[in-house]
Amino acid sequence: MEMMQMISDFIEGHIVMSDDNFKLKNEDKIFELGFLDSMFALQLVGFIEEKFGVDVNEEDLDIENFSSVNNIAAFIQLKKESRDG
Amino acid sequence: MDKAGISGSIIEEAKVFAEKEIAPLAAEFDRAGVLPRYVIDKLAEKKFLAPNFPVEYGGLGLDPVSYGLFTEEIGKACCSTRSLITVHASLVGETLLRWGKEAQKERWLRAMAEGTKIGAFALSEPEVGSDAGSVKTAYRRGGGGFIVSGRKKWISFGEIADFFVVVASEAENKDQKTTNDDADSEGQEVPGSRTAPKKRKVSVFIVERERDGILARRIPGMLGCRAAHVSEMEFKDVAVPEENLLGKEGAGFPYVAGTALDHGRYSVAWGGVAVAQAALEAMVGYARQRSQFGKKIHEFQLVRGLIGDAVTKTHAARAMCLKAGEMRRDGHREALHETAMAKYFASEVALEVASDAVQAHGGSGCSQDYPVERFFREAKILQIIEGTSQIQQEMLANFALRKYHKKVPGTFLQG
Repeated sequence: MEMMQMISDFIEGHIVMSDDNFKLKNEDKIFELGFLDSMFALQLVGFIEEKFGVDVNEEDLDIENFSSVNNIAAFIQLKKESRDG
Repeated sequence: MDKAGISGSIIEEAKVFAEKEIAPLAAEFDRAGVLPRYVIDKLAEKKFLAPNFPVEYGGLGLDPVSYGLFTEEIGKACCSTRSLITVHASLVGETLLRWGKEAQKERWLRAMAEGTKIGAFALSEPEVGSDAGSVKTAYRRGGGGFIVSGRKKWISFGEIADFFVVVASEAENKDQKTTNDDADSEGQEVPGSRTAPKKRKVSVFIVERERDGILARRIPGMLGCRAAHVSEMEFKDVAVPEENLLGKEGAGFPYVAGTALDHGRYSVAWGGVAVAQAALEAMVGYARQRSQFGKKIHEFQLVRGLIGDAVTKTHAARAMCLKAGEMRRDGHREALHETAMAKYFASEVALEVASDAVQAHGGSGCSQDYPVERFFREAKILQIIEGTSQIQQEMLANFALRKYHKKVPGTFLQG
């Protein structure tokens, strides 16, 4: 599955809202939508590490890195490139 | 000896230590409201202040399951001593391990393991408890680093700790926009994005006690964990160098503080099992020696009912903690929720079992001459610290509403 789709599916799977037809946009600021709880942030870090094989360390804790599907995908890509040289 | 064998012997050593060196003095610690320094030194000698730290940082290298079992042994003996380990090793230590820079780990972890530096976690405030992301303690850039000002409350070991992990929010800048008008980090509008009002940055700092402007005052008359030196603190324009920022600026909540609270919840969950087990053992002991109406009270069916419920609930709470520990050890993403469930359930069980233990003791249970009176007070604390039972319910409801909802396109959740 494409990276963006995997990220989007993961986030949508953690949104609690009554509208089953809600569709996340890749540019949506996910933490500002108000549908995600505080535990999600740590789960997202775990998801990124597990699914994409990159380590998220303290230097990566820039809120922007995790703020939208687009930014998460860009962050993962950057980490992969850095890891693989 | 293999790793499991080593862990088993450490847990056994902790049990013997707790029974000999801590349990006989726990009532006195409670009465005096002090955890004496010599107890902390003895814990340090055995590396029991860092059972969960890797060996390279001076710890015992216990995995989460073994660390939980270790915590139960200490917690059975004394809730305040367990509280020290929760705060020092879990909330502070694990957070440094996860998000600390290598220099911060080198500086603090070994000293923490040796007991030369005791850490405390400063999140709660007079007006901020469950809403942890809204702390009013503020920081601003200045003095080559940061200036931290504000008040903290309910800080365990605040009176005696050598350093504090302090959660603070960026000071309000009247010239700065406080709402996000669909702008990205460079202030460029992102067409079509949906946003809500943006909160101020929250960051976490390591603040040494010796810095100017730090005041700590013990809060008297606490219900339980009376020897945990629970304090109110004031930070008056405390200068904190750049290198003391823990994690990146703005990542304090939910990342850094969330990590601390998750580890705290895990430790407190085992603290609940500990109090329940201690109360169960006290109830069994009393029921076997106390006679009424010419027979031992454990022969009365209603007392037997209390004991049957207590052992069942205690074992169930331990099973949940073990499951959470295994998931944490294996890096399972849902370990966060399993931990919250374990904390919620174990703290509820602790109070139920302690209450029944008091009941089985009758009038004696209401007296300080019997430990169940203390267990009852300590159990109540566990339902509140590291997130109240109601906050756990809230998070767990979200978890269930996601996990067990079968999406049917074109429909809406009922109710």
